[in-house]
Amino acid sequence: MTLSWLIFPVAIPAMTAAFLVLAARRSLTAQRSLSILATVAQLALAIGLYVMARDGAPHVYWLGHWPAPFGIVLVLDRLSATMLLLTAFLAIGVVLAATGEWDKRGRHFHALFQFQLLGINGAFLTGDLFNLFVFFEVLLIASYGLMLHGAGAKRMKAGFHYVAINLIGSTVFLFAAGLIYAVVGTLNFADLAAKVPQVTSADQPLLAAGALLLLAVFAIKSSLVPLHWWLPPTYGSTLPPVAALFAIMTKVGVYSIIRVFTLVFGADAGGLAQIASPWLLPAAIVTLVLGTIGVLASRNLRTLTCYSLIASTGTLLIGIGLFTAPGLASGLYYLLQSTLASAALFLLVGVVLKETDNRTQIIRFPQHASLLAGLYFCLAIASVGMPPLAGFIGKLLILDAGRAAASMASVWPAILITSLLMIIGFATIGIRLFWNTPTTAHAPEPDAARLPVLTIAVIGAMIIAIAALSVFAGPVMNDMTAATDQLLAPRNYIDAVLRPPLAMR
Amino acid sequence: MSMEFLVATGIGALAAAGVYLILLRRTFPVVIGLSFLTYAVNVFLFTMGRLTIDKPPIITPTASGYADPLPQALVLTAIVISFGMTALIVVLSLRSFLETGGDDVTLGTRPTDQPTGPARPDKVP
Repeated sequence: MTLSWLIFPVAIPAMTAAFLVLAARRSLTAQRSLSILATVAQLALAIGLYVMARDGAPHVYWLGHWPAPFGIVLVLDRLSATMLLLTAFLAIGVVLAATGEWDKRGRHFHALFQFQLLGINGAFLTGDLFNLFVFFEVLLIASYGLMLHGAGAKRMKAGFHYVAINLIGSTVFLFAAGLIYAVVGTLNFADLAAKVPQVTSADQPLLAAGALLLLAVFAIKSSLVPLHWWLPPTYGSTLPPVAALFAIMTKVGVYSIIRVFTLVFGADAGGLAQIASPWLLPAAIVTLVLGTIGVLASRNLRTLTCYSLIASTGTLLIGIGLFTAPGLASGLYYLLQSTLASAALFLLVGVVLKETDNRTQIIRFPQHASLLAGLYFCLAIASVGMPPLAGFIGKLLILDAGRAAASMASVWPAILITSLLMIIGFATIGIRLFWNTPTTAHAPEPDAARLPVLTIAVIGAMIIAIAALSVFAGPVMNDMTAATDQLLAPRNYIDAVLRPPLAMR
Repeated sequence: MSMEFLVATGIGALAAAGVYLILLRRTFPVVIGLSFLTYAVNVFLFTMGRLTIDKPPIITPTASGYADPLPQALVLTAIVISFGMTALIVVLSLRSFLETGGDDVTLGTRPTDQPTGPARPDKVP
């Protein structure tokens, strides 16, 4: 085996992006078709990798056949495969929704989009901490470009905040990586997991500082309270398809939390076992509560969507923060549906509201109000977590997982009360927006006839996907449970990575 | 001892200056502060392989100890990334200054939750 399929989720977007910048920069049509083609290829690849990962053993690709602690490794296990599949599915929706209206606003939208996918896919596949940093930087650099795409003064200011907070985050990441390397002498996840239990008690405080700094960095990425305040201005002032793609970026932070704090600082980590759990669960509950307060306080759909994304991150991190097998599995299930729901909601904002329109509450296409209201209704059900869509099942599973834990007294009221409050928040905005018959008849916009059919179709497809998640909740949950079992048995991962590559045996 | 003390206080001073400047409310000090913070982390990464002198980085039978060459590779990557990011944020703050006419970093109000204009259709019950 000289070449592995594992490199392609990184290679395809990298090549495509470079080609788009260098060769296809004059023709928007060529850019669009190439970008869509590459995204379809990534979806097919992600499905293939998902099937491949189902055999239960982590797949490893040693780049250049350097053995593991010295060379760079890409590792595919069930969790990475799930995240890759979710990314590819979301990406194809976003690229289709962006085609037509949004990607004309500035140059190189599709190249930046592919670079963003490169960073996200790489972060899900990489097997060491420093490359996680590098892929974070790749996805952040692309996201700066996307966020400022078709810029305006307001977006510039929000962009400055976004870049500054992420630069600080990157610096803290490097401090954390430096501390961990100084104590353990390696940055490979598998090697770290093998060596962290042997760290002497004199060095453990230093390593704990590194681990918790790392948690802070991932908390910035996943917009965990108290590091969440950058998200609403950023996501609220960027283009709708970009915000929809950014819905997966907070999940990169969540993924990193899961990866590092189950594998490296998990149950087997000796004196540092479960170092994140005293922090993660309370932070997740506060995130959920503050996100819900934000939803209630929002005066327009755009802000509401941002805060509902924060609340959903809080919900899924409650599941993960339990650090039990059912908790992790239900958190992952909720992650799938909440990513799709948030992304679809961001796309819907772009259809419903004018881009510059933050004051008025007049929808762009009054003649299609019932269709838009119907889509909003479905997505509100999914985001709030009411039956029959998957959000309900996800919340139910998280509640069920929290039943066993000692923290039931905080988890249950938090999820149940916030769900009720979120229903009120979503209903208020929906009533204001869709039942608001303007007293003065305002003239329809000149472009009112051209409803972005493709975007509507993408939103519809995402709602269907969420419905499919709830219809096939059993099989999906079985897969998530299998992924969790793999996560909670890190020995397999360590052995798979640290064994010598095939050619060297 | 003295070298460790010097480097540690140097990193601490750089980081403290960086944090202080980042907390100011104009873009220029924030950019300078971010640079200070990245200098601090670069020196910090450099020291994570321990401070040694006259030690070989390559394994030889006679060596009494080794210098770790890996942090220098990591520092190189970190320098390249932070340099690019600093360039980006400089351009961004310039553009922001030219478009908004001010270099204040506060957003004033949240961009998506603007206060009222004269007409507020959302006040219709």
